[in-house]
Amino acid sequence: MQLFELRGRSHHADKAFGWITIAAAGLVLVILGLVAASMTQRALPVLEKMGPDLFTSSKWSAAEDHYGLLAFLFGTLYTAAIALVLAVPVSLGVALFITQVAPRWLKKPMVYLIDLCAVVPSVVWGLWGVLVLSQHFGLGRSFLTAGIILAIMITPIITSLAREVIETTPLTDKEAALALGATRWEMICATVLPHSKGGLVGAVMLGLGRAMGETIAAALVIGSALGQITANPFAPGNSMPAVIANEWGEADDLHKSALIALAVTLFALTIVVNLLATWIVQRGRRHA
Amino acid sequence: MIAASDLHAKPSWRSTRSKLMTGLMIAAVAILAIPLIAVLYAVVSRGAGVAFDAFPAFFTKDIPAISRREGPGMGPAILGTLLVTGAATVIAVPLGVLGAVYLHEYGGTRKFARAVRFMAMVMTGVPSIVMGLFIYVMWTMRFGYSAFGGALALACLMLPVVIGSTEQMLRLVPTQLREAAYALGASKSRTILTVVLPAALPGIVSGALLAVARAAGETAPLLFAVGAAKAFNPHLFTEANTALSLQIFNSDLAFPAAESRAWGAALTLVALTFLMTITARVFTSRFALKR
Amino acid sequence: MAVAQPRPRPSNPRILVEHRSAAAVEDTPVVFEIGDAAVYYGAFRAVRDVSLQIHEKQITAFIGPSGCGKTTMLRALNRMHDTTPGAKVTGKLLYHGVDLYGPQVSAVEVRRRIGMVFQKPNPFPKSIYDNVSFGPRVNGIRDRAKLDELVETSLRSAALWDEVKDRLRTSALGLSGGQQQRLCIARTIAVEPEVVLMDEPCSALDPIATARIEELMRQLKSQFTIVIVTHNMQQAARVSDRTAFFTAELDSKNDQRTGILVEYDATAKMFSNPADERTENYITGRFG
Repeated sequence: MQLFELRGRSHHADKAFGWITIAAAGLVLVILGLVAASMTQRALPVLEKMGPDLFTSSKWSAAEDHYGLLAFLFGTLYTAAIALVLAVPVSLGVALFITQVAPRWLKKPMVYLIDLCAVVPSVVWGLWGVLVLSQHFGLGRSFLTAGIILAIMITPIITSLAREVIETTPLTDKEAALALGATRWEMICATVLPHSKGGLVGAVMLGLGRAMGETIAAALVIGSALGQITANPFAPGNSMPAVIANEWGEADDLHKSALIALAVTLFALTIVVNLLATWIVQRGRRHA
Repeated sequence: MIAASDLHAKPSWRSTRSKLMTGLMIAAVAILAIPLIAVLYAVVSRGAGVAFDAFPAFFTKDIPAISRREGPGMGPAILGTLLVTGAATVIAVPLGVLGAVYLHEYGGTRKFARAVRFMAMVMTGVPSIVMGLFIYVMWTMRFGYSAFGGALALACLMLPVVIGSTEQMLRLVPTQLREAAYALGASKSRTILTVVLPAALPGIVSGALLAVARAAGETAPLLFAVGAAKAFNPHLFTEANTALSLQIFNSDLAFPAAESRAWGAALTLVALTFLMTITARVFTSRFALKR
Repeated sequence: MAVAQPRPRPSNPRILVEHRSAAAVEDTPVVFEIGDAAVYYGAFRAVRDVSLQIHEKQITAFIGPSGCGKTTMLRALNRMHDTTPGAKVTGKLLYHGVDLYGPQVSAVEVRRRIGMVFQKPNPFPKSIYDNVSFGPRVNGIRDRAKLDELVETSLRSAALWDEVKDRLRTSALGLSGGQQQRLCIARTIAVEPEVVLMDEPCSALDPIATARIEELMRQLKSQFTIVIVTHNMQQAARVSDRTAFFTAELDSKNDQRTGILVEYDATAKMFSNPADERTENYITGRFG
């Protein structure tokens, strides 16, 4: 037998397949790079015109060609904060119920329920928010209504992440606490929560990222008021993604550039939040 | 000796607190379920009438050109949703699976693989409206509105999700299986294509289905790419198209007729996404490798 | 295998106790009175027909091959099976004459009195001090001085005080395996239980650490009733007063292996002159 026969016929095909998979994986980096580059380029005109006012002014007027996104940034953070305050206790409660309390037969249906909550399209939540929540329950279109809808939308996401984290608590730790005469709640406080701390914070951060980027439901229920910076949750307001969705249709060139600047800001914000979340999760994993 | 009552539960603050917290957990489950039940009730009670009134007219007829006019019609939107979602699936699933194959079978802990894995995680967090605008800048500005632009935007959103779920499934395939194939003289690519991927297939399919279900309900990425047609458009690459989610978002809720059509569209969309989610779950529990 | 033969009636421990030889141990009061106990996991019967008495301030060892139900039986004694979905305990299990599974009996109260040390050392991811003080704290001791004192006496009893007294605030996970297991023992005795159950406490430790734990058990015997599960016959012979030998039996009807109690007697008698042939085979190493 000659040496080259050992290489076999499929040698080249094998190599090629490997390269194809690398290309597919690299696509992720290419897309993210293109998103950052192309969008920033399109946002430059408005940045040139407005300068730092773009971020420090809360006046947004297409008629006067004056674009300041501060009020929308506020609205994004405010509604996301309302959503977190409402969603985190519920998510944690449900995750603990599924992992620590529910009998075995109930676990699967519960996971299905959460899946279904997560898959209801945001436009349907928006429609329900406008026609049922804000009209029937008299909440109107406001920061609070948007916060509630966002909370409903991020609860299943936080819950399923929290459930996965909590389930990694070693059974031996839990048994140790119970064998010392701890009640279920004491066991949870002593073992489950400290063990999952990092992962839970990460789950909440990912929920925060999702809440900030959620567009359609917010666009339908937030009220589309310009320049609102107020702590009053019943006031109508606006958030960055909602402005983009609502104003894109009738925007001229500079206006479009301003909306893209909003998208770039949102992109940067969610990336920071997600990086922070990943970092916290990984740090928690290392300490566990 | 001890008395029998020594072992009985005593009404102490400790046991009360534990019960109280358990009660709060159950309350949390109720709070989670209430909006879901409420939205399903609203969608079914307000949407079923218009959707099934002159069955199957709602699913086949054109959308009325004038919003305030009574009558059915979401056919073009249903076609558009299927077209956009289908094309996105065809683009994102093979690429995502190949990317995951690289990460797990080739890359491992290499720097490039770690970077891709990390960035895929970051990419899942990118708001869908940002992806929509990105596709507007890259595609729509050059080639105009079409179903394909929407499909590209959805594919960008699905790609990292498919990569993540597929890599998890590949991790469950036992190493012995790969070694058995190598020992029979199979090349790496052959082992992956004929042994590893088939073993992980059920999990990959259900992960992909979940991603598709989520994408089918998206609105924001389609806003800038698909347009707002009201007539049937079976062409993938040309002319403005529409989708169920877009029709709901754009419907003029001041008119009762438009509102009821929106509820009908919502019912159709929810049914479509639930069907895919449930199929995915059944698939997982029936065929998937156990963790 | 010996177990395939037609099974003689399971030995009745009470008869054995009455016919004790000169090697008999002192008859201290009965702590556990177990009659015809069985444990099920769903439809699977893990262990059955267990009848024995465990005496106060003595060390009772459960020995036998893997899968013979000795750990399962041990966990039935402090209701640890309550945390396993689908597990069920039947038969008579009296603790000082009180039915452990009686309708009003609380698992939390039971476990406060009947502590447990697990196979793998499982300290909480907290400081050494917080590990030992966890039990007293959940049981309502808040007084700092009292806690300090309890931590010290418990660590002294567990022969760990001198090694850790200068680093009580450091993480328990920094201790060696043997130290961790002694910490778990200290944590268990800090709640001042009456009984300490030990589930193969040395199986994860090296011979030197094992010897220290065995020495510790002999010391603790004056204060606590100890039940230990071990697959190490020499260990049972070295430390225990009484030994129960379990084995697994194949049920030809459904092809399931169920654990049974073969023989229970004073350790000296079990290891010198066992009544049952299967015990003798196992002890002399002719088993399976």
